[in-house]
Amino acid sequence: MNSQSFIKAIFKRDFIIAFRNRGELLNPLMFFLMVASLFPLAVTPDPKFLGLIAAGIIWVGALLATLLSLDLMFKSDFEDGSLEQTLLQPQPSILFVMVKIVLHWLMSGVPLTLVAPILGVMLALPNGGFEPLMLSLLLGTPILSLLGAIGAGLTVGLKKGGMLMPLLILPLYIPVLIFAASSVQAGIDGNSYVGHMAFLGSYLALMLVVAPWACVAALKISIAR
Amino acid sequence: MWSAIKRLYHQLGSPKWFYELTSRWSPWFLWIGSTMMLVGIVWGLAFAPADYLQGNSFRIIYIHVPSALLSQSAYIMMAAAGLVGLVWKMKMSFVVGKTIAPIGASLAIIALVTGAVWGKPTWGTWWVWDARLTSMLILLFLYMGVIAIYNAIESEEMANKAAAILSVVGTINIPIIKYSVEWWNTLHQPATITLTKKPTMAPEMFIPLMLTIIGFYCWFAVWVIARTKNEILWRERRTKWVKSLLSTGENQ
Repeated sequence: MNSQSFIKAIFKRDFIIAFRNRGELLNPLMFFLMVASLFPLAVTPDPKFLGLIAAGIIWVGALLATLLSLDLMFKSDFEDGSLEQTLLQPQPSILFVMVKIVLHWLMSGVPLTLVAPILGVMLALPNGGFEPLMLSLLLGTPILSLLGAIGAGLTVGLKKGGMLMPLLILPLYIPVLIFAASSVQAGIDGNSYVGHMAFLGSYLALMLVVAPWACVAALKISIAR
Repeated sequence: MWSAIKRLYHQLGSPKWFYELTSRWSPWFLWIGSTMMLVGIVWGLAFAPADYLQGNSFRIIYIHVPSALLSQSAYIMMAAAGLVGLVWKMKMSFVVGKTIAPIGASLAIIALVTGAVWGKPTWGTWWVWDARLTSMLILLFLYMGVIAIYNAIESEEMANKAAAILSVVGTINIPIIKYSVEWWNTLHQPATITLTKKPTMAPEMFIPLMLTIIGFYCWFAVWVIARTKNEILWRERRTKWVKSLLSTGENQ
């Protein structure tokens, strides 16, 4: 089997599995919507004030929703033993991990990005903020998936992995949060947010190089356990 | 020179040699460190002039700066040890990495607490969301993550490797986190010491600070060596040399 058909096979299998469990696919999205709607209830429904913190709420919600869905990245594969078999294949494991990361992004990052403008309207996000919000989510959520894959790989075999992963991964998410949320602020103030996007893009490029490698190493440790 | 380094590397790779070599080094670190600390602290607290702006409250710098500096370099050391372990499969290196984690975390806590104590008289508040404070807090979180992974994974070998990967990934991210946070908000005074510029402090204040920094590093070495030796004794408790060492009472 050459690498191309290897990638195709994994893609196909995971897509089928994902669409047979559509409920699981929707859960992080529902979580995202619920977290975001807690803030007006807890803080204030005043649109002026909500507009100030809307970008922050949406981004924090996206971080938490991503974390929630990360747990499932390798779990079922680990439990039925197919993870071990896939890593034993002659094809480079890094391809498998890359496919998994892309799939995770397609199933969590992309839906979050698409739902975000609706939340922006509900949270009274000022007009200039929508474009940077969408762009920052588009560039930022793949970083979340990449970094998260490392955490998922490290904790996949653990019974108490669910609580451990946020502890490992959240500190690494901070730069994304800072630049993404402030790009929205820059957009609202009418300033250029090209610099923020450039930062997110370069961080994405760096993590594309580092994260799959680290994730493979982590998975190999986890299956040897 | 090169072969001497290589020999030292191989010697440090063996628990027994590591134990014996570091037992010889440890008193040196202890005495040099203690002398530096004593001179530095007495000089800094009693003889250095008071700051023209902050009065005597600045004197906490002699604890605050060394611990903050050391907790950052300790993270790098931990990651370097982990990387050596992952690449060259050197077990002793994992042991060193494991012993550094809680020490680095406690140094970060010391830096945060002394920073809060210093912030109260000078900024009028215990905590502000300033760049340097925040990045120190994030560093503490990174340490906590590494410690958590040691606690969560039962198998010693797996835990070591997992923690090594996490600390290497964390090290790649440290500069990014640091600069993004700095860019985000800055209230803290700029770094007191930089390698490239002349110190902005008066020499009477600066020299004791350097002494306490060296003292902290030496004490850190003593602490790491002591904890690593402990770990070696526990791991090698069934070997002959540990048994004979403990029965003759020659353990230092």
